[in-house]
Amino acid sequence: MSNATTTDVRDQRPQTRPGTHGTGLSSRSLPRWAPLGFAAVSVALAVGISTAAGWQSRVQWGLIAALLFLAISYVATTVVENQRQAKDRLATSVVWVCFLAAVVPLASLLWTTVSRGSERLDGYFLSHSMAGVLGSEATGGVYHALIGTLEQVGIATVISAPLGLLTAVYLVEYGKGGLARAVTFFVDVMTGIPSIVAGLFILSIMLIAGLEPSGLMGALALTILMIPVVVRSTEEMLKLVPNELREASLALGIPKWRTILKVVLPTAIGGITTGVMLAIARIAGETAPIILLVFGSQLINTNPFEGAQSSLPFYIYEQYKIGEAASYDRAWAAALVLIAFVMILNLVARGIARWKAPKTGR
Amino acid sequence: MASTTQLDIPPAPPARPRRPGSTGRAGDKIFLSLSRGSGILLLLIMASIAVFLSYRAATAISKDEGNFFTTFDWNPAGDPPVFGIAVLLFGTVVSSIIAMVIAVPVAVGIALFISHYAPRKLAAPLAYVVDLLAAVPSIVYGIWGALVLVPYLEGLNLWLDQFFGWTYIFEKTEVGVARSLFTVGILLAIMILPIVTSVSREVFLQVPKMNEEAALALGATRWEVIRLSVLPFGRSGIISASMLGLGRALGETMAVATVLSPSFLISLHVLNPGGGTFAQNIAAKFGEADAFGRDALIASGLVLFVLTLLVNGAARLIIARRKEYSGANA
Amino acid sequence: MAKRIDVGGLTAYYGSHKAIEDISMTVEPRSVTAFIGPSGCGKSTFLRTLNRMHEVTPGGRVEGKVLLDDENLYGSGVDPVTVRRTVGMVFQRPNPFPTMSIFDNVAAGLRLNGSYRKNQLSEIVEKSLKGANLWNEVKDRLNKPGSGLSGGQQQRLCIARAIAVEPDVLLMDEPCSALDPISTLAIEDLIGELKERFTIVIVTHNMQQAARVSDRTAFFNLSAVGKPGRLIEIDETERIFSNPSVQATEDYISGRFG
Repeated sequence: MSNATTTDVRDQRPQTRPGTHGTGLSSRSLPRWAPLGFAAVSVALAVGISTAAGWQSRVQWGLIAALLFLAISYVATTVVENQRQAKDRLATSVVWVCFLAAVVPLASLLWTTVSRGSERLDGYFLSHSMAGVLGSEATGGVYHALIGTLEQVGIATVISAPLGLLTAVYLVEYGKGGLARAVTFFVDVMTGIPSIVAGLFILSIMLIAGLEPSGLMGALALTILMIPVVVRSTEEMLKLVPNELREASLALGIPKWRTILKVVLPTAIGGITTGVMLAIARIAGETAPIILLVFGSQLINTNPFEGAQSSLPFYIYEQYKIGEAASYDRAWAAALVLIAFVMILNLVARGIARWKAPKTGR
Repeated sequence: MASTTQLDIPPAPPARPRRPGSTGRAGDKIFLSLSRGSGILLLLIMASIAVFLSYRAATAISKDEGNFFTTFDWNPAGDPPVFGIAVLLFGTVVSSIIAMVIAVPVAVGIALFISHYAPRKLAAPLAYVVDLLAAVPSIVYGIWGALVLVPYLEGLNLWLDQFFGWTYIFEKTEVGVARSLFTVGILLAIMILPIVTSVSREVFLQVPKMNEEAALALGATRWEVIRLSVLPFGRSGIISASMLGLGRALGETMAVATVLSPSFLISLHVLNPGGGTFAQNIAAKFGEADAFGRDALIASGLVLFVLTLLVNGAARLIIARRKEYSGANA
Repeated sequence: MAKRIDVGGLTAYYGSHKAIEDISMTVEPRSVTAFIGPSGCGKSTFLRTLNRMHEVTPGGRVEGKVLLDDENLYGSGVDPVTVRRTVGMVFQRPNPFPTMSIFDNVAAGLRLNGSYRKNQLSEIVEKSLKGANLWNEVKDRLNKPGSGLSGGQQQRLCIARAIAVEPDVLLMDEPCSALDPISTLAIEDLIGELKERFTIVIVTHNMQQAARVSDRTAFFNLSAVGKPGRLIEIDETERIFSNPSVQATEDYISGRFG
């Protein structure tokens, strides 16, 4: 959306043939294919150097190629064009290198998860628990963990969504003075709470009150992680509602609370829904509080209020720790399920955001 | 960055006679107290986090026979019980620093790539993918790090040792797999890349068009446009994005727990396996801990909590100080 | 200094939409040329083609040629960055760099080009601020942020920033539309002084303003919504406002449409 408002500096380079010696407005410049040429040369050199030195790791090859690329393009541009263009070119190269350097691990992560995960992922895996399955056996499934995740996340959402929404309404529509400032500040602070600390907090309550681990305890920790995310995103959305709308409604003599309910919230509802769904996606992957509070289980437990449960992220960790080939397979398959769950939530959320976005008359 | 919209609209006087039975005033009161109530509840939760953690931590620390801050050991079940956070604090800070040093420049680079460099057709899908990657759960990064990244980094570790061993930091004195603080730092960097990128890109896109045009019209190259108008405008955004990333890195549990092979030693040789972080130690020791052991872990969690509070507070301060200069009179 | 602009057969697009079509005109050096016309007639677009700012808008492209003293801005080998250095621009809304001080704002262009000696810098900044009639108001707070000034002062700061690099041409895109009458008057006086040194092109919605400040006036119009804008006529301002040769101009001037 916001792309439309950006100034486009993408194609700023002069379109020239090399060697045009101009005066005044035109100047010497490298041909458009120069960066590609530099890249090819540096990759070739890097491979050459690394092979000559006998280095195995492709990580090194990439690093050397990147450094060579930066150096070559800077020097070449300084010689052919000038210092300013060289700096510009250097910045461009650095940005490209950053991008490529980041793509490799992230692509590897996704690819590994999908390829390794799809080996075990099937209907059986999704519909069976780990009851009576040994770590080294290539059977068992993720059903109990799926139920645990859905229930824990569901409870957390039921608590956090209304609380977060109301707090955001307070901050945007009523908030002034000390209390609002304090709330804003502590929402920021809460955003930064590590999930394991949220888990420890609930744990300390459990220790004091003598409570047993259950899905509910995990959900409470997830709530603490979710509320600030909901508040933040809702706040942003409410701020986007133009003041004119509020004033128009108030000027009609409609009381403020009805203005908020009937005008402000409906205008922002798409964005708010998106925010809540993204928050759900975020907490669905939390492992640490589950380790502390839900304890984990191999069995199906559909009651989140009593007894140990599992959850998808916990299951992945558990299977990883077993350290057998079969359990690694299960871990990857569960990781794929978890990523798919999170991605679908994300995609749907963003879909809603686009669909419900205020129509810009263009 | 839209400054907080202070809605200062007085309740509008009724433009026409109030319909009988209209409960505007009462409704307003109920609604206000509901929303204010949830704000207050939030504050209460924060306060009780601090209180409960401190209470349990105090119980544990009072029985600690070692020094809580300087002991290089974690044995609350021992006789006498001895545990200290020195190693954890060191490991947490070092791995986070490595992560930040790698991630922040790269993330700003990618954000600029998406907002100002990538071909237009590529930019929107890329931004989308980055946002999606930010949602990948940390446990997935964890098993990927342990099973894929660690073997890959062994060559790099040897190479760093060979050429940069003289820096002391990159000297590898112990043989063994790359389950080191350095690897953890790299994995944390990869993990926080998407979120830092995503927030920075968001800020870069908000740079008012007229500020960029001002630079362009002066005859600025693309890099100069970025330096003159995009980076100054985005600075506080970059800082808060980095702090967000730092917060994640400090408190990250699973990715560290899966990758690191822990030990209770402090060593600046970051390539050596060993060390530990707060979150990793809690996850690793929780299973075997008795009631007192749990309190000890809570005590270490309290330190982590304070650490993240300090980081967040610093970020707020920096942003607040910047605000007067950002002059968003657009 | 002050150069002549010759535009020949210029057409500009936004993506597939043709915004202006086949415009040819000459802008005389050391004079003020005003562009007037109804909203959407492409006068601002045309202005932005004169320093290659149009192509900065996503999808923006241009056909035709713009000669600046015989050198084509759209010729091959021409660097748009150099063009924009040579042809300065002032925008509709004042846009000082928000994070920079008043001094740094004026010095920004010079620092980019690196074509100054250290001790010259403050001299040039002072000269430019004086040229923009702003010196007396800001000389005691050169290190304060430029965004702290009033709207009219900010706009004059932007003018100072633009003239500090000694451009050949100064383009102004409705420079007064966001300002109050007193600030507007100050800017109009300034334009009168600046035309001694620069070639000035100004887009304005305000016909009185065009009549007051310009030597020549160009009238743009479009035949229907969605159709490209065209140049209807360009002539001495006096002629345009007293006795235009095209009926549409007279209708527009006398307020019958637009």
